[in-house]
Amino acid sequence: METAHKRPNYVAIWAYLFILTVAELALAFELPISRNMKLLLLLFLAVWKAALVALFFMHLKFERWNLRVLALVPLPLAVIFVLAAMSEHVW
Amino acid sequence: MTHATVDVMRPPYPTERGLDVYNTKLGMWVFLASEVMFFTALIGSYIILRFGAPGEWAKPGIVLNIPITAVNTFLLICSSVTMVKAYATIADGEGHFFRLRPGARLSERLDFGVKFWMLATIVIGASFVSIQVYEYLHLVHRGFLPSGVREGSELAELVANGTLPAATMGLYGSSFYTMTGFHGFHVTCGVVSMAYLYFTKTLRGKYSQQDYRGIETIGLYWHFVDLVWIILFTIVYLI
Repeated sequence: METAHKRPNYVAIWAYLFILTVAELALAFELPISRNMKLLLLLFLAVWKAALVALFFMHLKFERWNLRVLALVPLPLAVIFVLAAMSEHVW
Repeated sequence: MTHATVDVMRPPYPTERGLDVYNTKLGMWVFLASEVMFFTALIGSYIILRFGAPGEWAKPGIVLNIPITAVNTFLLICSSVTMVKAYATIADGEGHFFRLRPGARLSERLDFGVKFWMLATIVIGASFVSIQVYEYLHLVHRGFLPSGVREGSELAELVANGTLPAATMGLYGSSFYTMTGFHGFHVTCGVVSMAYLYFTKTLRGKYSQQDYRGIETIGLYWHFVDLVWIILFTIVYLI
């Protein structure tokens, strides 16, 4: 027997994204913390928001594993691509 | 004994064997995978240019109009919700709109259906592009060009008094307009595609609970564009 999925509460996801965006703005312009910490937290929040969109609006959370793999494969490639290009600058 | 369960997240039409995905959707996912690499090239170049730049990089808050872009970000997030509501409405065969009062019956819901949600997405998407055009005009007026800072402009004065770094403004201008410009182009393509589907299919009632492939596929593209903007907004405007 397959597990049936219920439709997610899209308005709740929207509210979640809105709150995270406000948190990002507050973090970027109001919070007196170090620049590196700010950078890390902002990137974390951005990835969090992007994951919410992919999982719930693009329905990756409810797709079969093979389609999830198709969606996830470019991500490590993207990281390798950027790191390889950055290594040109470092060395 | 097996139980047949209705899964609202699964489409009712035939899919490719093994993958369980119909062709149009699979094609869109493959295209989006290639788009990830396209935007990685742009964002990666920006990171390398910025952190390998010969000197300080301008603070985004001094050059760019953050409040108006924050509003634009909010608009794009709203458009993702309206898009997914259009999809859910047609897939479920019922209205996804607010109830007139708490506890109201389904028949009492104010339901405009898929036509309303698609039109809302198109209008909000077009608003995003319009605000981006306004932002560009405003930036050019202040003297921020893809080639750097225009002589005699407001920003040129900030460069002259040391508020903005002279050495990296050209790199900043070219990377900013390239990244946001390509994203704006993608949003424009999405709005045009949705308008096409709206007039040729949605208004003519060609989508049904049995076939809503067009809406699901364009929805995937639209959410991806939103996702890219979430990353771009943070990297370009906030960091």
